[in-house]
Amino acid sequence: MTAAVEGSQAIRQARTGAKPLLQSEAAQGFALVSPTFLFALVLLVLPILVVLAHSFWTQNYLTIDRTFTFEQYRIALTEPIFRDLLLRSLLISFAVSVATVVLAYPVAYFISFHGGDRKNLWLFLITIPFWTSYLLRVMSWKVILGYNGVLNSGLLALGIIDEPSTAFLYNSSAVVITLTHAWAAFAILPIYVSLQKVDRTLIEAAADLGDGPVRRFLRVTLPLSMPGVISALLIVMIPTVGDYVTPKLVGGKYGVMIATAIQAQFGKAANWPLGAALSVSTMLVVSAMAAASVLLLRLAVRWAR
Amino acid sequence: MKRMPGRWLPAYAALYIAFLYLPVLFLPIFSINTAPTPQFPLSGYTLRWYEELPRNAALIDAARNSLLVGVAAALLSTLLGICAARAITRYRFPGRRPINGLIMAPLVLPEIILAVSLLLVLLRLGLDLSLFTIVLGHVLICLPYSMSVLTSGFEGFDRSLEEASADLGETAFGTFRRVTLPMVTPAIISSLLVCFTISLDDFIIAFFLGGTQATLPIYIWGQLRFAAKLPGVLALGTLLLVGSFLLLTLAEMIRRRAEQRVQSAGVTLA
Amino acid sequence: MIDIRNVGRSYGAFRALDDVSLSIKEGEFFSLLGPSGCGKTTLLRMIGGLDTPTSGSIFLDGQSMDGIPANRRPTNMVFQSYAIFPHLNVEQNVAYGLKRLRLGAEEEKRRVEEALSMVSLSGLGRRGANELSGGQRQRVALARALVMRPKVLLLDEPLSALDKKLREQMQVELRRLQQAVGITFVLVTHDQYEALAMSDRIAVMFGGGIAQVAAPKEIYQRPVNRQVADFLGGMNFVKAEVVDETGVSIVVDTEGFGRVTTERPQGLVRKGLHATVGIRPERLRVLWDGATAQHEVAGTVIERHYFGEITHLVVDVPGMEKPLSVTETNDFGADDLPIGATIRLAYDPDALVAMAD
Repeated sequence: MTAAVEGSQAIRQARTGAKPLLQSEAAQGFALVSPTFLFALVLLVLPILVVLAHSFWTQNYLTIDRTFTFEQYRIALTEPIFRDLLLRSLLISFAVSVATVVLAYPVAYFISFHGGDRKNLWLFLITIPFWTSYLLRVMSWKVILGYNGVLNSGLLALGIIDEPSTAFLYNSSAVVITLTHAWAAFAILPIYVSLQKVDRTLIEAAADLGDGPVRRFLRVTLPLSMPGVISALLIVMIPTVGDYVTPKLVGGKYGVMIATAIQAQFGKAANWPLGAALSVSTMLVVSAMAAASVLLLRLAVRWAR
Repeated sequence: MKRMPGRWLPAYAALYIAFLYLPVLFLPIFSINTAPTPQFPLSGYTLRWYEELPRNAALIDAARNSLLVGVAAALLSTLLGICAARAITRYRFPGRRPINGLIMAPLVLPEIILAVSLLLVLLRLGLDLSLFTIVLGHVLICLPYSMSVLTSGFEGFDRSLEEASADLGETAFGTFRRVTLPMVTPAIISSLLVCFTISLDDFIIAFFLGGTQATLPIYIWGQLRFAAKLPGVLALGTLLLVGSFLLLTLAEMIRRRAEQRVQSAGVTLA
Repeated sequence: MIDIRNVGRSYGAFRALDDVSLSIKEGEFFSLLGPSGCGKTTLLRMIGGLDTPTSGSIFLDGQSMDGIPANRRPTNMVFQSYAIFPHLNVEQNVAYGLKRLRLGAEEEKRRVEEALSMVSLSGLGRRGANELSGGQRQRVALARALVMRPKVLLLDEPLSALDKKLREQMQVELRRLQQAVGITFVLVTHDQYEALAMSDRIAVMFGGGIAQVAAPKEIYQRPVNRQVADFLGGMNFVKAEVVDETGVSIVVDTEGFGRVTTERPQGLVRKGLHATVGIRPERLRVLWDGATAQHEVAGTVIERHYFGEITHLVVDVPGMEKPLSVTETNDFGADDLPIGATIRLAYDPDALVAMAD
């Protein structure tokens, strides 16, 4: 009798005690993540909302007129100077992302399929330059491509050219080369990871079913490594569109990008709403371009199959 | 299939590595060249540019600032990273994925947009731009890296190890001290080093959020306008390169050792 | 010793365990046997305090374990993954739990050495956790748990990561070890041979509930239903009809085996209802040449499968819906029986088990 009473009490305790315990798993996790989450909210989400808000306002000398307007977007997207800068930024970031991915894919493939025991060493070698100061890497390209730079003096010394060429520095190509160099590791890593995940027996199965090397690659390896290619493309395309240092140092007059204009609005020009609208427009346009690229890539792969 | 990559793929990979390294290697080469302009042929060997560095008060100041900011940013982002990485690898809770996505977002946002939006908010909040505001910005851009280093460190961690510890009579705190901590320490150190390096090298955030106090990259940026100062900048840059390289090699070695440990623990599981 | 009373466990809408009650005796080698997802591991983890019932309670030595965490229970576990601390060596792993007991260096060292010799790992104390083979890891996990002198040792599929030969060797060793230390062992396994070979008693579990608790022989010979019978190896099932019933036994009319009196099974068995009667393949013997038996059926060999020491025959018997499976030793030439041969099979009516439909 007592045992039964004890038992039923225990069951009641367990029933009431179990529910909060289940919830507490989620609560504990949430509590643990909350400092970081709050930090990201205050320093990432809030700033972006503030920028969004500003982009619909107007600068009135020293004060800001908070009447809702699309005027800043009109200026940002139709004024020739901003429109051209934005277009050039998109073009450059597209060229850079395609170039990095195309150049990186064979290297990632080589490491993944033929890296043997030294895969980690290869990856380390590739990531090291990326970790060195971005500013310094851009500077070294300036040293290479400049009028008195390595390339010119080298070519002169070899007798290939008679006088230093100005064609290397201060144009869009210089920006593309520098950025492609700067973002190389960012493209290799995701592609490598997705290639590593490709089950090697699938490729053997394709061979067994009669596919030659090229068709095996196009029908099995490439489609299966697509997630890596896509994330590499995105991880390069979106950040490079807003690059500031490279165009400033090696772009010259013909390599100026949108970031310079954004910086000017927050600096000398002191037109925050326009700067905000330029930032938001840049993000929207580059996202649209990224989405379109991903879509096209997926279609191309499906077609190749 | 077997023969083709045997020929051109390794050659291409080697060429690619050269493309990655060569530009960076010009910095040390010209930093010990006597000529003030970087061009071939080299004119002679000198350490003059290095000797001049410590006599420059502005540079010493910038170095001190960079050190301060770097240490603070590394500590803060690793601390926040530990909380988040632990929560995300260990617990299931609603909003886990979106929160992770939010923390990782700065990785795929143009840095200038992060910088100007932070600038707007800080100015609106009435905060003066200072080293502290740089630290805030650096923590934001370091967090994704800290998170990925730490989550991979925490993920390889077999949960039954903690259960085994509890089963053998250890309390929750004791388990953390005797099992969890020793196993994740390498990841934590690695995160600290990586975050410090990112902070040390960052230009954009410091450029927008720094007040009158300059960090090393800001100092270098200021010197770039003067052609005559280039050799000094090259010397400084070389020192920074070597410093970053050493720190990252250390971080990688620590991470690798930890990974091996976790991996060989996992092998017998399979 | 261990009393599990009406224990249930839900994960959201999924019920992993449904109102399970079970008693495990002191000093017993008890196995929880079932397919994956049947709730056996959940139940084991609950005994160890690593999981919490959503309803019901678990009692250890008459004491309710409600709210008592794993670190304060007199149970220790050998994990499926072994969970050897990779940053500690063998000695440190084994001493892990002892450190909290503050026994003093001498006593601690003595206990560790005793535990290591118990699992034949003496001399390997300084080995790093990563330098161990699968079998050695398993022994370290065992020593680490036993050194705590638990009242109950919980083993979660401890042999599943080992290869076949080592597994069979460890089965014998574990059984010997349990008899030597006299501690209650609770083993979770999905391998019926492992459970049959090692246990004093077995609980067979399906879908979050217990189907049958009994000694190995009983479980094997008198399974309570077709599911249990199937899980513990092959069995022939034939249709039957209940024609008479008494308190403890029933009389059934079977397809092919005639009228048989058997033990009354669990479940709904009434005069006039259908039932199933089963017989294990090895309980059917081929009658060679002129030999006769009191109970026999005749049929035609339609398939023959050779397994070295035994041959598996499939025999079509007129009047039976499905052919019978027969396992026969090769001593008399079962491996040479031609397909299409007519043979007679002897059986013991006691080997026929009735089950509710």
